[in-house]
Amino acid sequence: MSLMKKGAEANLYLEPFARALHRAGEGKLVVKHRISKRYRTPEIDEQLRESRTALEAKLFSDAKRASVPTPVIYEVDRVGMRLVMEFIEGKQVKLVLDKLSRNARRRLCELIGRQVARLHRAGIVHGDLTTSNMILTREGKVYFVDFGLGEYNPSLEARGVDLHLLKRALQSIHFRVTDEAYRAVLAGYQREFGRGAGEVIKRVEEIEHRGRYVAKEDRTWR
Amino acid sequence: MICLGIESTAHTFGIGIVSDKGHILANVSSIYVPERGGIHPREAAQHHAAVAKKTLERALAKAKVRINEVNLVSFAAGPGLGPALRTGATAARAISSFFNIPLLAVNHCVSHVEIGRLATGAKDPVTLYVSGGNTQVIAFEAGRYRVFGETLDIPVGNCLDVFAREVGLPSPGGPQVERLARKGKHYIALPYVVKGMDLSFSGLMTEAVRKHRAGGDLYDLCHSLQETAFAALVEVTERAVAHTEKKEVMLTGGVAANKRLREMLRLMAGEHEARFFVPSMGLCQDNGPMIAWTGILAYKHGVRQRLEDTVVNQRWRVDEVNIPWR
Repeated sequence: MSLMKKGAEANLYLEPFARALHRAGEGKLVVKHRISKRYRTPEIDEQLRESRTALEAKLFSDAKRASVPTPVIYEVDRVGMRLVMEFIEGKQVKLVLDKLSRNARRRLCELIGRQVARLHRAGIVHGDLTTSNMILTREGKVYFVDFGLGEYNPSLEARGVDLHLLKRALQSIHFRVTDEAYRAVLAGYQREFGRGAGEVIKRVEEIEHRGRYVAKEDRTWR
Repeated sequence: MICLGIESTAHTFGIGIVSDKGHILANVSSIYVPERGGIHPREAAQHHAAVAKKTLERALAKAKVRINEVNLVSFAAGPGLGPALRTGATAARAISSFFNIPLLAVNHCVSHVEIGRLATGAKDPVTLYVSGGNTQVIAFEAGRYRVFGETLDIPVGNCLDVFAREVGLPSPGGPQVERLARKGKHYIALPYVVKGMDLSFSGLMTEAVRKHRAGGDLYDLCHSLQETAFAALVEVTERAVAHTEKKEVMLTGGVAANKRLREMLRLMAGEHEARFFVPSMGLCQDNGPMIAWTGILAYKHGVRQRLEDTVVNQRWRVDEVNIPWR
């Protein structure tokens, strides 16, 4: 079993299909193991790991149904806190986005925007839309490979936060191309989402102006 | 070179005097304590105006520095409460123009990180900055301090304070919650909200208050509130550490006083083979030296401002500030 990625929340292992699931299988697959964190109380630790494992599996399959490419889930292990899933061959969008031509970047970002809109229309919010969670395949498909913080939430607020997070990821990682990339994401989002997209985008702006940067005098309670 | 820095973004009116060698010659402050309820911006400003002269005199006496030996005046121009900010700005401008000393407006959040680096020796940390007014995970990337996670609604210090007030604990609430939490035995499930890199505490606060009204044990609730809020903070900080692959973690802000939060961050840092730093509490809380030190860093790296550049900005984000000294 080889460690593919040591994440903040889970470790990803790359394994031969034949060894992990069935000896008749071919190729490789990914095992996502949610690791226990010593810093948090065991009740929170167990609860978070189990519920996130089960929920993530369901989100993967519902996202696929909404025409958003995601890996196939082969096994959900709620005791071992493991997901066994298809290995997607391709490149992390995080690593390619800055290097693409302006046009290719626009097309890629529009596609990402369209896929986010499809999720939202299916009642799903991703919860962690960063370019390191997206794999670009040779055929030009973009796989969303991590739904660890996703949820079923059709509210304007949740959708706004989702897009806000993507914008924030673009700002922190792709700060040289943030504006054009985000514009393209929104263009794709609007086209796919249709009516109501404007409301979501307006909510993103509202969310940006919240928090500490709203004068306390303007808050509803103190 | 000697800089006099004025901090007045919220409760604290602080004056710090710092040399360009990084020696803190004075750290004097006066804290506004509301008679009841939370901070009232206008009353905070009135407090700051009333104590300004006395605080300045105390700081100069402590540092054994005469005002004409001061080469630079800096003040926190935001983020913070408008009336409080304007009081500090007015004091800074008065000193600057009367004694003909250059004036610099500096960012409050940048200053927290910079004084932490000076005090602890941390070089390039992922910083968790948690107070009654701010909750942010900050790390340096390409010329600026970038925000890797922050609260989408109330700051974590505010969450603890309001909970304490609602259940009848004396102010300041954070230390009271910590004290009672040590006697809590059972974890009561509360909403744990992490949205990607961002946090939310208002639902947690409301639910904890509701569970108390429904008869929940106060010790257990304090324990559960802390465990839930802090686990979320540490998780987001951990994401930033994993993402940036930095090898240092720093905790600052008033909530840094909390021992349980320190313990949790230390454990997390250890798992990533990162060193963990906390400045002394006098430099974690809002303070004058952090403003003075950031003024020195900026001035020495060529930052100059005209008087009209020094207007306060209540919503001045840390990631809007260019950092020429790094």
